Amino acid sequence: MSFQKKDLISIKDLSASDINYFVETAKEFKKISLKDIKKVPTLRGKTVVNIFYEPSTRTRSSFEIAQKRLSADSLSIAVSQSSVVKGESLKDTLLNIEAMKPDAFVIRHSESGAAHFISKITKASVINAGDGINEHPTQCLLDIMTVAEEKKDFKSLKVAIIGDIYHSRVARSDIYGFSKLGAEIYLYAPHSLLPMKAEYGGGKVFIAKNMEEAVKNADVIIMLRIQKERASYYFIPSIEEYRNFFRLTPELLSKADKKVMVLHPGPVNRDVEISGSIINENKTHIFKQVENGVAVRMACLYILIGYQKLHG
Amino acid sequence: MDKLLIKNGIVIDPLTKTEVKRDVYIENGIIKDLPAKKSISEKYGVKTISAEGLIVFPGLIDMHVHLREPGYEYKETIKSGMEAAISGGFTSICCMPNTNPVNDSEEVTRFLIDKAKNLALINLFPIGAISKGLKGGSLADIGKLKEAGAVALSDDGNPVEDSALMGRALLYADTFNIPVISHSEDIKLRGKGVINEGVISERLGVIGIPSIAEDIGTARDVILAGYYGVKLHVAHVSTAGSIDIIKRAKKTGAKVTCETCPHYFSLTEESMLDYNTNAKMNPPLRTETDKKAVIEAIKDGTIDVIATDHAPHSKDEKDDTLDAAPFGIIGLETSLPLTLRLFHDNKISLIRIAELMSLNPAKILNISRRGSVSNGYIGDITVVDLNKKWQFTERGIKSLSKNSPFIGEYFKGKSSFVIAGGKILKEN
Ligand SMILES: [Zn+2]
Repeated sequence: MSFQKKDLISIKDLSASDINYFVETAKEFKKISLKDIKKVPTLRGKTVVNIFYEPSTRTRSSFEIAQKRLSADSLSIAVSQSSVVKGESLKDTLLNIEAMKPDAFVIRHSESGAAHFISKITKASVINAGDGINEHPTQCLLDIMTVAEEKKDFKSLKVAIIGDIYHSRVARSDIYGFSKLGAEIYLYAPHSLLPMKAEYGGGKVFIAKNMEEAVKNADVIIMLRIQKERASYYFIPSIEEYRNFFRLTPELLSKADKKVMVLHPGPVNRDVEISGSIINENKTHIFKQVENGVAVRMACLYILIGYQKLHG
Repeated sequence: MDKLLIKNGIVIDPLTKTEVKRDVYIENGIIKDLPAKKSISEKYGVKTISAEGLIVFPGLIDMHVHLREPGYEYKETIKSGMEAAISGGFTSICCMPNTNPVNDSEEVTRFLIDKAKNLALINLFPIGAISKGLKGGSLADIGKLKEAGAVALSDDGNPVEDSALMGRALLYADTFNIPVISHSEDIKLRGKGVINEGVISERLGVIGIPSIAEDIGTARDVILAGYYGVKLHVAHVSTAGSIDIIKRAKKTGAKVTCETCPHYFSLTEESMLDYNTNAKMNPPLRTETDKKAVIEAIKDGTIDVIATDHAPHSKDEKDDTLDAAPFGIIGLETSLPLTLRLFHDNKISLIRIAELMSLNPAKILNISRRGSVSNGYIGDITVVDLNKKWQFTERGIKSLSKNSPFIGEYFKGKSSFVIAGGKILKEN
């Protein structure tokens, strides 16, 4: 198996076998993280630049650890330290770093399409670490990996994705990813936070009528983070109201399949989108997701830089 | 067991579109199929009223009423408003949220429902605010309002100016399947206008409200509902322009319904000629053309509901210049007789009246088991004497406020029995 692209920008671009290839590779890399000495020389002499135009603790540290375990040389640039504040354009910033001949960029940006834009102007591989409300492909791959560890047949899976679907790059990537593997997707949100047209390349994607319909017999429930500022732009009345009507409670969870997996991309608003007790009683896979995140990012770097070796 | 038999009336049922002389039997507040003849007698505790020569409607529902409690009890209380409603033939009324405090919370909604329950008169269905404090700045806690018992949402009195807020309100409300009622108006175009802009405003030398202020507001709201594919009910439609917009939207499948008020098909801006503040309301009385368009729309189904927009104001408040007096007139006690004029003039049928004043409001507001005289429905009944001649006098007004342009008018037709949940609240 191989992957015939320089970049990982969007789950939309991947086939089901591409997704499986990333996940299978990640499973191999996960073994490294479980060893006493968590380092392999795979990317020795390779340079990876992480550019984060948006604050992120989790995704950024996950990528950095992945790079260290693969022995890559890495550099992280956060927006507040970069020249962006001095008014330099994204393109100029990129061309400047490009001149230093990195092998890969990992980019997080608040604008949709930023990773795509950069991939066109650099010869290096680009990994999208989240672009605006568009996509977050490595999150999707780690979600799929986490689910695949417990569920064998995706074609019979019911996956509920609940919360701020409209603004969620995680939701967008997950919808494409899980449905490409054949899962049935049920979306639920206040209707002000649903996409206008829920069409995702022919996937089996449904809008649930209510919370109950979304979670009933679900094999996987992915809860999304709601941002407080959504109330200021009229998407929801208030966090209190959201908590009342759109929170995953133990009672709702009991309607799901007995072996349901609860995922959340973090950071969690406890008792807003999910009851704290569900987390406290270890009924979520949040830490599994974080653990698999490193493996998935190792796999992505390995596969994309490997592609560069062959074609670059 | 409470048993009531309404004998020999002509029963108008808008659900089955039938007009049949038959008896109606109510047991424990619920309409039931007639039991065996012999068990219907006083011996078995059945109270009988004769509706011989009378019309039996499903209880009338007024979905647009301003009660002034809490906050402005000198204009109207829940009790006085209900008494006016009973006098006018209504068994259910819906109250708008522009009270003080505003009904934008479960607390106020519960207060209204509890108060109505204690009064044990007719049904009160509160309408919650779309925006917090009716300020148009953020959404009210709509889910909680619905949970507390609000049947609809409206910022009535003023439009929701911000189109993004209105659009998201429609979407968010759709999550809870609670209807949104729009006061559709471009408020900047209304400006300081007091009556319809036209020959009369010019003759009186007062600032006019252009009809397009309503048309533009209606167009925006209807477009929002159409684009998002959600329901919208447009309040107090008064212009030919907005009727045209709604008619076209309905043709394209938009889930839009609307109401008009009796004054818009009964009066025109001519009523303003002596600076009559008791004919000042918003939207204002329009032209003869608009009035004709409203009647046509009632006939052809474009208009779904007749509601009063009952808006009580005290004598002192109305006893002022046209500029200074507040907008609004009372309507609960004249709505049915004014609507019956359309029937007497052979413009609409009694079945159509039952649709406009009972079935359609129940449907639009998802009020279950009301709006029809059928087995299993709640025993809300309005019995009407079509031919009763009477004069509407200030002394006869039950509402605390007397701001009506119809004082002194003669009417043909009046409710003779008002029955809510099987309980007789008005007899002759
Ligand atoms: Zn209004």
